[in-house]
Amino acid sequence: MNRPASQPPSAMETVRRGLKKRYRAERNFKICGIAAVSASLMFLAVLFTNIVGNGYTAFQQTFIELEVFVDPAMFKDSSLSSADYSGLVKQTMRDMFPEVSGRSEKRELYSLVSSGAGFRLREIVMKQPHTVGETLVVRVPADDDVDMLLKGHFKRDVPESERRLTDRQLAWIDRLMADGKIEKRFNWIFFTAGDSREPELAGIWGAAVGSFLALAVTLILSFPIGVAAAVYLEEFAPKNRWTDLIEVNINNLAAVPSIVFGLLGLAIFLNFFGLPRSAPLVGGLVLTLMTLPTIIIASRASLKSVPPSVREAALGIGASKMQMVFHHVLPLALPGMLTGTIIGMAQALGETAPLLMIGMVAFIVDIPGSFTDPSTVLPVQIYLWADSPERAFVERTSAAIMVLLVFLIVMNAAAVYLRKKFEKRW
Amino acid sequence: MPSTTLFAVLLSLIAGAFYLGRRRAFAVGRPVGGIKNLHSRPNYYGLLTALWCGIPALVVFGCWQAFESTIITKLIVAELPEHLRSLPENRLGLVVNDIRNLVSGNIVSGEIEPAMREAAERYRSLQTASDASLAVIVLCLGSGCALWVRRKISPALRARNQVEKVATGILILCSTIAIFTTIGIVLSVLYESIRFFKAVPVTEFLLGLKWSPQMAIREDQVGSSGAFGAVPVFAGTALISFIAMLVAVPIGLMAAIYLSEYAGKRFRAAAKPLMEILAGIPTVVYGFFAALTVSPFIRRSGGVLGLEVSSESALAAGLVMGIMIIPFVSSLSDDVINAVPQSLRDGAYSLGATKSETIKHVVIPAALPGIVGGVLLAVSRAIGETMIVVMAAGLAANLTANPLQAVTTVTVQIVTLLVGDQEFDSPKTLAAFALGLLLFVLTLILNVIALHVVRKYREQYE
Repeated sequence: MNRPASQPPSAMETVRRGLKKRYRAERNFKICGIAAVSASLMFLAVLFTNIVGNGYTAFQQTFIELEVFVDPAMFKDSSLSSADYSGLVKQTMRDMFPEVSGRSEKRELYSLVSSGAGFRLREIVMKQPHTVGETLVVRVPADDDVDMLLKGHFKRDVPESERRLTDRQLAWIDRLMADGKIEKRFNWIFFTAGDSREPELAGIWGAAVGSFLALAVTLILSFPIGVAAAVYLEEFAPKNRWTDLIEVNINNLAAVPSIVFGLLGLAIFLNFFGLPRSAPLVGGLVLTLMTLPTIIIASRASLKSVPPSVREAALGIGASKMQMVFHHVLPLALPGMLTGTIIGMAQALGETAPLLMIGMVAFIVDIPGSFTDPSTVLPVQIYLWADSPERAFVERTSAAIMVLLVFLIVMNAAAVYLRKKFEKRW
Repeated sequence: MPSTTLFAVLLSLIAGAFYLGRRRAFAVGRPVGGIKNLHSRPNYYGLLTALWCGIPALVVFGCWQAFESTIITKLIVAELPEHLRSLPENRLGLVVNDIRNLVSGNIVSGEIEPAMREAAERYRSLQTASDASLAVIVLCLGSGCALWVRRKISPALRARNQVEKVATGILILCSTIAIFTTIGIVLSVLYESIRFFKAVPVTEFLLGLKWSPQMAIREDQVGSSGAFGAVPVFAGTALISFIAMLVAVPIGLMAAIYLSEYAGKRFRAAAKPLMEILAGIPTVVYGFFAALTVSPFIRRSGGVLGLEVSSESALAAGLVMGIMIIPFVSSLSDDVINAVPQSLRDGAYSLGATKSETIKHVVIPAALPGIVGGVLLAVSRAIGETMIVVMAAGLAANLTANPLQAVTTVTVQIVTLLVGDQEFDSPKTLAAFALGLLLFVLTLILNVIALHVVRKYREQYE
């Protein structure tokens, strides 16, 4: 087509000329979209591999096998519980390496086993008093530095001055390895112990129990209150300014930063009511206030999805409004409410900031036994360990995160399962 | 009787009252021709009795538990010898604490005076007396009320209506907890803030350029000027939130557009829940990730490029916070994009627009108010986020716009000021509440605007 240049191009011509560019823009836009989705999925993958890669080694722990002769002379002037067991451990270490002499050298030798080895020994002897006078084979946790070395987190080929372990200690460890006296086994301490300053003795059980207690308080309070509030707002409340105010408040509270709830807990529960600091009871109360909006919003949505025909039928055969709600609507809406509650609980389980405010950040070794005992919770334990300088705490932090994530995934999976199972299309 | 036992006994008493009322209903029904001639079903008579038994007793029980220790402490303090009572307030608090520790058998901090030991004895006896009288009062009240209602049960008693009235009352009470929570937040934060503003003028707090909340213990101490100018803190918060939004908004928005407009059903079904996982990960995990992995990575890459990067750079915290907020932005945008009517898209297609042109020129402008609302909610989320910044951002209040330097945020300051030992009369602690007040007000404004915009926009297309 030879059209003179002066004539303006037809509309079709303009469209066709721009077409290539437009298709390119189209393709680029789509690629941007794919890139955005894959970027977020990649972040997820990096996060998970990072945590798992750092943490999976914590499920194993290095133990050293000791052949301890429980000397009856030890109990001459002390009872079974107060004898010098760590001295016994040291004695055993000296017997294993008779060539070691000198104070500093001995100290290096002793530091191969954990400072908790004596307690472990005491536990065993207390449980089986007949072993006094016999030779016991005991596995005690190795020191965290030894553990890190065996797991490959400490390198052997750096100069001695930059290493946590001296050349001598390395030689001893090699000898122990050659004798098969040192090995990695499943780390039961991590799942059964409370917190400790020594990484090899630190466990998450105390924090897990604390989380459980706090969540129990939260569940007991927030589920009934949340459901009741949702029922009132959805089924009974007149539409007026008062209920509008409540609604605005609930929506707002759902978006208030969690740390502000911590300030509330500190000022009201601790300072005004004088409840104990660091207690799961107070933690549960604060988390209740935080999760209530979530539960109320989910419960209302679930009540809304019950068709009006059910209500009309119930009223038609003479039920009162209260009977209609509690005998017919509520049972139908309950699965949805449970789903919302589980999601709210999962949020509460992962919450850290408000609990810092009410003192659940303290270093607590004991496993809490009641709602008013000082305790900590899993996320706060993670925060505390993340602050610790020892290399061994890095893997323990990651392992604790893995445990927390497993809990969260199980809870969310349960919520999805419930929703799938009880979902009704009306 | 320990309070848990008392509570259990009370619960069984309530169960007994229910049974009592129900049996009474059957009994009064028999002479009038069976329970069908009662006003309500027998269960309602039982419930009414149980409610009358339980509510007064539980209220008394709750109040007693709440105020018992305060009142006993007051009594104890009043009986202390003169030289102890005239101590300044915080010293007196220590003494009271020691007495409490003596009572519960814990380790005592200071030396014990005989007067304190006496007080502890007295405390213990008062507590025993209080527990005993509480048990007697609660149980008598409960059973008395139950018996009284039981006597009143008659075929004409409108038990169902009365029970329902009480139930409605309970429902209303539960629904007002949201309001009480808000009031509680405002009061607690405001009260301490006012005390703070008595010590530090509001203008200095809002306009001051220097933040160093360390108070001098001695007059001549160095470096503890105690400056409370919050501008650097807010600038730091703004910087980190801005970085976070730079990450979250484009990625979140594009992801939402792709998932709702382009992606196939199966891809969408797989990708969406995976992205939601990002939202469900606890923030402390992000904080750990930021501090352990992202910060050193940025520092190293900065070193390669010859840049001076602080080990607690704003960039690291902001990046990770952005990742956390992505699903938040994308799910909110997803909602509004899906709410745009199909007819608008069809109209654009019929004019010959490509898919991306339709999205850019029709869908996004139509969804814009909703998207803006979602972004505002995300901003309020970023401002209030705590754990990531506590673990990955610094404490130094630098007034800078350089993302490679360390800055501090409102939430970090609140946490550092309030974790650990506190004394509630120093401006240092009270400053945390003032920051909390500002944080609350700021997020409240953002939320109200955002919720309003989102709601108004939804109504438009419904």
